[in-house]
Amino acid sequence: MAFHLTQGTFSFLPPLTDDEIYLQVEYCLDNGWPINIEFTDDPHPRNAYWDMWGMPMFDVKDAAAILYEINQCRRTNPHHYIRVGAYDRGKGRQTLALSFIVNRPIHDPGFALSRQEVHDRTIKYTLHSYATDRPKGERFL
Amino acid sequence: MIPSSQTGEPGSITRPVLDNSDDASADVSAILHESQIMEILQRLDQELIGLKAVKTRIREIAALLLVDRLRRSLELMARPPSLHMSFTGGPGTGKTTVAMRMATILHRLNYVRKGHLVAVTRDDLVGQYIGHTAPKTKEVIKRSMGGVLFIDEAYYLYRQENERDYGQEAIEILLQVMENQREDLVVILAGYKDRMESFFQSNPGISSRIAHHLDFPDYSLDELLAIAQLMLAEQMYRFSPEALKAFEAYLKRRMHMPRFSNARSVRNALDRARLRQANRLVARGGRLSKLDLMTIEAEDILASRIFTENIPDEEQQPALSQDTSIV
Repeated sequence: MAFHLTQGTFSFLPPLTDDEIYLQVEYCLDNGWPINIEFTDDPHPRNAYWDMWGMPMFDVKDAAAILYEINQCRRTNPHHYIRVGAYDRGKGRQTLALSFIVNRPIHDPGFALSRQEVHDRTIKYTLHSYATDRPKGERFL
Repeated sequence: MIPSSQTGEPGSITRPVLDNSDDASADVSAILHESQIMEILQRLDQELIGLKAVKTRIREIAALLLVDRLRRSLELMARPPSLHMSFTGGPGTGKTTVAMRMATILHRLNYVRKGHLVAVTRDDLVGQYIGHTAPKTKEVIKRSMGGVLFIDEAYYLYRQENERDYGQEAIEILLQVMENQREDLVVILAGYKDRMESFFQSNPGISSRIAHHLDFPDYSLDELLAIAQLMLAEQMYRFSPEALKAFEAYLKRRMHMPRFSNARSVRNALDRARLRQANRLVARGGRLSKLDLMTIEAEDILASRIFTENIPDEEQQPALSQDTSIV
């Protein structure tokens, strides 16, 4: 089975269609969560710093506008992972309420498990994305 | 861009059409009741004085959208009508107010999804350097999606004297959106009649994409008086009978002075009358009844600067008013 990145909500499901994305975004907006769009070609699970696609859209009221931006981002970064984040500024939350991937590269070779032998023959394990062996912007081509 | 799951079942086209017989029926009164549209139209009638033609057009649009909904319930396909509009008329004739009502009406009839009004002018759309305009315009368009985009004094977007003006870029983006994203937002352009006319002449693309050109005529004296009384009633004030006569005299003079802006001038005049009333009551002192606090007397209006300044050709006023009504 081909590698499938599982980060964020819905990532164990088949990729969402545009209609499904629209409904999810509408749900976020109805809850008053501003949406932002991020993209990266370094999908390591510990990479918290994805690139922002424009500013977070604080004053957008309709999902059609978000979908328009998602499509703009896809057109510019077709070989990147793109995710949508919904920020809940409500008291007690002040964090992402929902985050899900809306675009995947056509082919992601996945991650390698690398072992490092340290003192006393202990083994340390870490993940390494095959794609990041290539320079930024040339991955997943 | 509305997903099919919202407008109907996905794949409704392939589903065999069962109730396509001509005697299938739909209930008008049920849908009228559900959308509460009559209530809004009635409020429009009560709260907006005059504007006959505008109200008629709004009724027609509401009726069309209702019928469209009924037709859709019987699976009669029709493309959603284009509802971009232009409001032309003098200052203070109610363009913004009607636009706000329009947003509510379109929302109740499910034409726009959210029903908010985003009011902008040239400054909000046009940038200051190359490459600044497109993101700015798109930002505004995104903000108004699902609602109504109201562009006040739209003719400023196009500067005839400067070919390289960035306004042209904003117009082009607007055109594209008005054509391709009709379900996502309604654009209303507003401005003074003559300048909008020349704006449309130099931008035929915009004019042809606007289905409804609504003209807001200047109010007559009687309408202005009715507006004044409505405004006062909203704020729990009222004219004494003498004050009403005084205000009529005030309006007669004010209407022929420069910079008269219809309902807005009325509102300003009333605000000043309230100031004078308050001053009069404080100067009088003693106990004040509720009636005292509510009533605007003739002297509050007659103290206006307009009555003390000499208006030239006052004797010719009737002739003058005829002139302006022709122009």
